[in-house]
Amino acid sequence: MHRFANPARFVRLARPLTAWCGWIGVVLVAIALAGGLVLTPPDYLQGDTVRIMYIHIPSAWLGMAGWGGIAAASFAQLVWRHPLAHVAARGCALPGAVYAAVCLITGSIWGRPTWGTWWEWDGRLTSMLILFFLYLAYLALAQAAGREEGGQRIAAIFGLVGAINLPIIHFSVLWWRTLHQGESIGLTGSTIDNRILWPIPIAVAGFSLVFLSVVLMRMRALLADAKVEARLRRMASA
Amino acid sequence: MSAALDAWPFVIAAYAVAVIATIGLLAFSLAALRRAEARADALDRQGKS
Repeated sequence: MHRFANPARFVRLARPLTAWCGWIGVVLVAIALAGGLVLTPPDYLQGDTVRIMYIHIPSAWLGMAGWGGIAAASFAQLVWRHPLAHVAARGCALPGAVYAAVCLITGSIWGRPTWGTWWEWDGRLTSMLILFFLYLAYLALAQAAGREEGGQRIAAIFGLVGAINLPIIHFSVLWWRTLHQGESIGLTGSTIDNRILWPIPIAVAGFSLVFLSVVLMRMRALLADAKVEARLRRMASA
Repeated sequence: MSAALDAWPFVIAAYAVAVIATIGLLAFSLAALRRAEARADALDRQGKS
């Protein structure tokens, strides 16, 4: 991991990866969404509204994975003082917040025809909303921290503490049985019929690659900004 | 599911939200990257001249 501690080396590797991840991700997303809209049959119970699943599940995954990335990078920052860790955590924050918001909005749109309501203070919905607010707080905190090491440490501690919400989101459907359905896709299998299931892994892979591309773009932008700032500081002191 | 509601407007609205958010995120991040790298390159050129 410390091989990529050099920003110049990281940027050399990230530049082609950004484009590859972005383009492959967009193609996979297009295939999955076309399949989800046209090729899969409607559900016997939910009808065509089940098609919302092909964007709701990847956005929920990315909303949570984004904070997982912030927590992992924060850990690397606090324990190993990895020079790119804070940049990586900041890179995950905006796309994570966007997909947490997409998850909440698409879930709400799905809820209206399925449950008869746009919103319910259900365990899963509420914990996901808390995750979205945590993202907003992290973005503000990291922005305010800037290049100050103390501020960056506070943001990293916040990133780690906020990860407590991830298992709460995951297990919320088991702890509080209210409106949101239980787990239908697990590590060992799925309760969803294969004719409906197949676009989901393609959509998850595609959106994840797009997410990775955005994280790399944001990291490169933050490193370029840091380079400009350091150069201007040197010029001012010379 | 409520039988009175047609599913397709909800499906289209949900897909529109996801697609617009993804395109917006990609465009915003790319524009921010281009701006940041252009500033860094301009400063590099200024330093060399």
